[in-house]
Amino acid sequence: MGCVRVVPCLDVNNGRVVKGVGFQNLKEKGDPLLFARMYEAQGADELVFLDVGATVESRKMTLKVLEEVSSEIFIPLTAGGGIASEEDMRSVLRAGADKVSLCSAALRDPELIRRGAAVFGSQCIVISIDARRVGERWHACTHGGQRDTGIDAIDWGKRCRELGAGEILLNSIDRDGTQAGYDLELIRAMSEAVDIPVIASGGAGTREQLLEGVTRGKADAVLLASLLHDGKLTVKMIKDFFRKKGVDVPC
Amino acid sequence: MVGIIDYGAGNLYSVQKALAYLGITSSLVTQAGGLDHVNAVILPGVGAFGEAAHRLEITGLNTGLERWIGENRPFLGICLGMQLLASSSEESPSAQGLGVIQGGCRPVQGTRRIHMGWNRVSHQPDLLFYGIPEKESYFYFVHGYALPAHTEGVIAVSEYGAPFAAAFRAGDLCGVQFHPEKSGKNGLRFLENWRKTWDV
Repeated sequence: MGCVRVVPCLDVNNGRVVKGVGFQNLKEKGDPLLFARMYEAQGADELVFLDVGATVESRKMTLKVLEEVSSEIFIPLTAGGGIASEEDMRSVLRAGADKVSLCSAALRDPELIRRGAAVFGSQCIVISIDARRVGERWHACTHGGQRDTGIDAIDWGKRCRELGAGEILLNSIDRDGTQAGYDLELIRAMSEAVDIPVIASGGAGTREQLLEGVTRGKADAVLLASLLHDGKLTVKMIKDFFRKKGVDVPC
Repeated sequence: MVGIIDYGAGNLYSVQKALAYLGITSSLVTQAGGLDHVNAVILPGVGAFGEAAHRLEITGLNTGLERWIGENRPFLGICLGMQLLASSSEESPSAQGLGVIQGGCRPVQGTRRIHMGWNRVSHQPDLLFYGIPEKESYFYFVHGYALPAHTEGVIAVSEYGAPFAAAFRAGDLCGVQFHPEKSGKNGLRFLENWRKTWDV
């Protein structure tokens, strides 16, 4: 088992960091470069930037953010939000991202995963799955969780892996921003279904809950936003706690 | 001047940016002739062994690099760029690497098919790791294959399910399985150390 990664996530709209609850009610949190510097200093293992704005202008500003961050921060950067073609992938990679995160576009055109992996390598293709609980299972959703595709989220994860995805970023829509704890069943089900890393996202509110995502959910990494942005926890606090509990994390 | 080998695959920008941050000038080398204008070479790489080996061949870069390495000039292979030094890889059994390192690359043995993330690197005393204490020696990896830990010239190993070669050095020929350009302060330190091995 490699080290568990602690990954801050910056939702970016028009070049500013925002965060909502249940993917709604976006609130502005500040300058992405300052957040990135702060998290790097705290010991973040990677950073994820998701452009949540729907406009071309917002996308352009996210590219600028990536340019700035990648010129001074040398940890892996993942970029997502509205990426729908190899050309989009190329533009975020050129701006400084190391991986691209695909969500709606991959559901619309699963072959995009194969094409992206062929050109840029599997390690570069992260599939973001927004899962909503439906009875005993979960459905993959799009449009910030508002549209249910009816596709089983775990089956979709397996399919992505077959198509060449290198990693799965698994978000629980039901738990997003609630700080009520992870949907551990969801994380575990995905983690056991695929042999590529799974990043857990959505719902953790405490260090104990984050740890559960790793120990019980079997996640390879934890993604955090509000908890860090609000200063409730720092990356260092989380890593120190993980280390104390016997989970290997890098310094 | 560092020549970054651009064989049309993978993401070279992060290597360029890390070198720029360190004040090391670099340029992209797309054909063997470009090697005449640089003092050191970085062979980066992501993607599959066979595809990369094929691209090195059709661009003629392979013969240029073989000559470069034969003259013992400064060379750093990163990730797939290190694996390409081997003669073969189980990833693409029919493809041929540069063959400078005897042996072949094998799949990683961990719980996941790809070893992705930070990992501890145990290194022998070597200028390349100068100033990186053992207990803080973590680097970022993204790979599905690696050279065996017992390969001759290995100066650092890491473990994912089983030990594998994390760094290799034979004179001015160096290779790392991790990504120094993405390994934060340790990675920058490593690249700076590497520069000092040839830019004297």
